[in-house]
Amino acid sequence: MNSTPIDFFPIVIQFFVAAGFVGITMFATHFIGPKLNTRKKLKPFESGVQSVGNARQPFAIKYFLTAILFVLFDVEVIFLYPYAVNFLELGMSGLITMLLFMGLLLCGLIYVIRSGALDWE
Amino acid sequence: MIASVFYFLSFVSIFFAVMVVVSKNPVHSVLYLILTFFSIAGHYLLLNAQFLALVHIVVYAGAIMVLFLFVIMLLNLNAATEPVKSSLMKFAGAIAGGSLMLVLIAVLSKINSIQPAHEVNTQIGLIKNLGKILFTEYNLPFEVASILFLVAMIGTVILAKKNPHTS
Amino acid sequence: MILSIYNFTLLTDKIHSFLSAHMSEEFVLTTELVLIGLLIVTFVAVLAMVLIYTERKVAAYMQLREGPNRVGIYGTGQVVADVLKLVLKEGITPNGADKLMFNLAPYIVLSTCIMALAPIAFGNGLVLWDLNIGVLYITSITSLGVIGILIAGWSSNNKYSMLGAMRSGAQIVSYELSAGLCIISIVVLAGSMQMSEIVNSQADGWWIFKGHLPVIVAFIIFIIAATAELNRAPFDLAEAESELTAGFHTEYSGMKFAMFFLAEYINMFVLCAMAATLFLGGWMPFHIGHWTTFNNVMDYIPSPLWFLGKTFFIIFIIMWFRWTFPRLRVDQLLDLEWKYLLPISMINLLMIALMNILGWHF
Repeated sequence: MNSTPIDFFPIVIQFFVAAGFVGITMFATHFIGPKLNTRKKLKPFESGVQSVGNARQPFAIKYFLTAILFVLFDVEVIFLYPYAVNFLELGMSGLITMLLFMGLLLCGLIYVIRSGALDWE
Repeated sequence: MIASVFYFLSFVSIFFAVMVVVSKNPVHSVLYLILTFFSIAGHYLLLNAQFLALVHIVVYAGAIMVLFLFVIMLLNLNAATEPVKSSLMKFAGAIAGGSLMLVLIAVLSKINSIQPAHEVNTQIGLIKNLGKILFTEYNLPFEVASILFLVAMIGTVILAKKNPHTS
Repeated sequence: MILSIYNFTLLTDKIHSFLSAHMSEEFVLTTELVLIGLLIVTFVAVLAMVLIYTERKVAAYMQLREGPNRVGIYGTGQVVADVLKLVLKEGITPNGADKLMFNLAPYIVLSTCIMALAPIAFGNGLVLWDLNIGVLYITSITSLGVIGILIAGWSSNNKYSMLGAMRSGAQIVSYELSAGLCIISIVVLAGSMQMSEIVNSQADGWWIFKGHLPVIVAFIIFIIAATAELNRAPFDLAEAESELTAGFHTEYSGMKFAMFFLAEYINMFVLCAMAATLFLGGWMPFHIGHWTTFNNVMDYIPSPLWFLGKTFFIIFIIMWFRWTFPRLRVDQLLDLEWKYLLPISMINLLMIALMNILGWHF
């Protein structure tokens, strides 16, 4: 099963179709609708309450922790793809390799859960 | 055909890499960095390393950049809060970067036998061949990578627990 | 046995030879590209309208209402009227918003969804781009949508948008992991990441029947993860209207809002099509052992109908969830993923690998 860079030509077409469709509709509708800007209309909508301060404020660190853990486990999932494609040829030894790899990661996950880092106050 | 695509992708990646450094707003920088990663994925495709190209998009554009966005939002890095660096710092940075570039140019100019990509086995970048090599020849580094993940996980937990009242 | 009259490669070959007979080579290529482009755009527009109509009707009947029934036959004209209204509306960019990012976010979200449609096998030979790593391509492209959502929330300069974006970002990336592990468990069984080969590996039975309990577990986890990735109820706390107005797209109006709306439904179709292809056999007809007559009758139903039927069945399940389960809190949501679904799907994957190595599936 050989493959060449030309196989990826359809991605270029698909990209241009997607970008063109979205771009043209957004550009066209920009001119269709009415344009009447008043100061009150352009204020951020916060359910009628006067908005206070800058919206871009720091937030709970839990989200950041989730993002870091996601990066780690995402790389793990990526490692599983080449294994899944030819694991029948690798046989039992490949499975043991994978067991060790996933076992270590599961230990890490259990540590994260037990340490209470994922608990919300 | 391949050569012109290569030059186009190189131009795009260098252009957006410069834009990452130049732009004042960190979120804009992240966006330019994503575009840079896309052009690098295009380079991988030209080398027929399809799996690597998609992994590059998943891990760098899809995961690391999301982490970057979270960090920028967490630290509230608005354009106004960026500290102004003194001219001495700028001077030192220029010297350090310049000497690194000199070393790189010196090293790269010594190499005179880079094999063109079409002479080596170009099917190596396919996922099947890559997996076979990874899980037979490079078994040990693969297992060591999992220990690295474990260390990273523990480090994250310790960092996150140190300051529980950031919000 | 698959009937040859429903093999769509014949149709595409016919179109190609018809065009080549009348035009020069470059012109044929251009015409075909234009045809493909028009097909994609029409498909996206029609699909979104059908899904919106379905959603409203399903919601209505679950609540013992009639749903849209005034405009057109059985209210089908309602969707067209809604689209027309959105097109004619004013697109507001609020004060303090980052103009470039604010306009770019819907662009990123929708174009990634449309790009993810490419490797889906709609029928026998009816696939736009049968890439040899198609499954990975879909997961990698759909994972980019999060960036658009985060940028939308950040650029709006609105506290609701910001909170909604954080929530939905954390939620989508978390549930991507278990969805990925469930996808890999089918890749393990099929031995390929090409969409057409995954479908062909189910010619003698769909994986959900062949794969015993672990595949059923993987299917259930995939459906839960897909619902969460789509930010739909009971995981819709990113746009919980009672606390966050509309989440990350609070400030969007007119066509920019329509982009997010469209993207949500196309994403739903892509994920449900993935579930149908991986677990329910894609366009493979339903066969029972040696009931030859029954199997032949099933073969007469065209393959795209099978595929769309399965996909819409899963879409219906996801719409059903919305009116069945109450909304979760953000801590419950992240707990469900990190403490239950992720370890279960990891162990489940190992079980499937062991099962396959020992040859225990049919």
